[in-house]
Amino acid sequence: MSVEAREARQPWILLSPALTAVALLLLVPLCFIVVYSFWLRTATGADQPGFYLDNWAEALTDPFYRDILLNTLKIAAITTLVCAVMGYPSAYFIARSRGNKAILLLLLMLPFWISYIIRTMSWINILGVSGALNSFLLWTGIVGEPIQMLYNEATVILGLVHFLLPFMILNIFVSLDGIDVTLEDAANSLGATRWEAFLQVTLPLSLPGLAAGGLLCFVLGAGTYITPLVLGGPTDAMFANLVFEAIITQLNWPLGSALSLMLLVVLGILVAIYNRYLGMAQLMKGLG
Amino acid sequence: MGWFVIRGYAILVYLFMFLPVAVVVLLSFNASQFGSFPMTGFSFRWFVELAQNEAILRAFRTSIVLGLLTALISTTLGVLASLALVRYRVPGANVVSTLLIAPILVPEVVLAVALLLFLNVLGVNKSFALLLFGHVIFTLPFVILVVQARLVSIRRDVEEAAMSLGASPMQTFFQITLPLMLPAVLAGGLFAFTISFDDITGTLFWKPGGVETVPTQIFAMLRNSISPEINALGTVMIVMTVGLPLLGAAIARQLSKKSG
Repeated sequence: MSVEAREARQPWILLSPALTAVALLLLVPLCFIVVYSFWLRTATGADQPGFYLDNWAEALTDPFYRDILLNTLKIAAITTLVCAVMGYPSAYFIARSRGNKAILLLLLMLPFWISYIIRTMSWINILGVSGALNSFLLWTGIVGEPIQMLYNEATVILGLVHFLLPFMILNIFVSLDGIDVTLEDAANSLGATRWEAFLQVTLPLSLPGLAAGGLLCFVLGAGTYITPLVLGGPTDAMFANLVFEAIITQLNWPLGSALSLMLLVVLGILVAIYNRYLGMAQLMKGLG
Repeated sequence: MGWFVIRGYAILVYLFMFLPVAVVVLLSFNASQFGSFPMTGFSFRWFVELAQNEAILRAFRTSIVLGLLTALISTTLGVLASLALVRYRVPGANVVSTLLIAPILVPEVVLAVALLLFLNVLGVNKSFALLLFGHVIFTLPFVILVVQARLVSIRRDVEEAAMSLGASPMQTFFQITLPLMLPAVLAGGLFAFTISFDDITGTLFWKPGGVETVPTQIFAMLRNSISPEINALGTVMIVMTVGLPLLGAAIARQLSKKSG
């Protein structure tokens, strides 16, 4: 074999284990749930192979699923918005602070390492009936008896914001950090106020980071399973909870397949729109 | 004035991130029966109880073995793939990297269902192996992102110099490239370990009956009520997942200084 041919083969040898893993553990299984979503669950509990539209009919027309899907998207949207509002000024602060940037970034990365379930349950310590906030309110005499603050949609959103905020800040930071600071000075010298310079120069240049952070928050938020179980009430189930119910509890795999594909398609459309206008490169920057 | 407001705002956001976690640590030293305020005194008793709780110790062992194996496999696959993407001109490199990153973009629930169904159709029952496969595919993109980012900054010249002095490609890799990229490899492995150690959504789908990892164990314990024991467990987890990476980063820094 010629040197060139060996040179050309080399990367594929190196890539083959990872690509095989992705093919076998992701692509083929994904094709498989597409097939499985057309199978039929029979009264005996066995799944009958074939091409039945029953699961799709149920998943797409039952208002129960539709309402929870819409509610899940709503919760993800609110979470993303709150993350943006909380995250942008913080990212700006880190990007423009002098000297201690590394420490500020490290502090931001720490929550990534603190367990998701611990971070979620930590709110019970704060907002619970005998939590920090109620204890404080009772102690000051502002309330006579503890208030029930947990287990509603607002606490689900709170938990999600707490979980997803670092993703947002990091993405905006990466974007802001790449903007030449002197651009704002230039705008100032041309007569813009600091605020105008920010609005017309810095903000537009940082939009790709904001969009990447937004996409991550939305996709991760919409796929959440644990937060509504820990911080939500009985009626606060999100779409992933339905999937878990169908698959693990009811063992109705054909329906579970159809439901998870529904979620995948809705979020996939979003990712595709994002990719069309901004490209995946921006997202990689923020993730790496 | 504007900067002052922004700084104050950022400090509030940092407090929002850290206060709830600080409360977990604080309450884990509570002497009282209940995992709540007011605190009645300072005590290590919940950590002692933790160390005697057989179910929790078992969950820890499972999580550590799972995390180590995941890190080992994921890092090996990830390093090889990153080498190919950074060091060679790969036709369709964009498609390849998007494919390798894809597991992050698929919602974890969907990924979990797909893998579970597929293996079941093949007649493979839920097992530790399924859990491991799931964790590998889930952590692989992160390893690739981390390793690739660092690999870009290692100059090709040193490898070429070694080759021109007569080293074989294998010798070059093990004596030049690998030591140079060791910090990135360690960072990638650590990343895979922590993500695996922390994962709960996929794990709930994939774990065989009776097997618990630390997060699923905590989740099961939360069904009753929040006890000081859970807070103590949380504190141990925080020390492990924050302390270990910090330690790892420090070591990696020392190593890269030495090889400098």
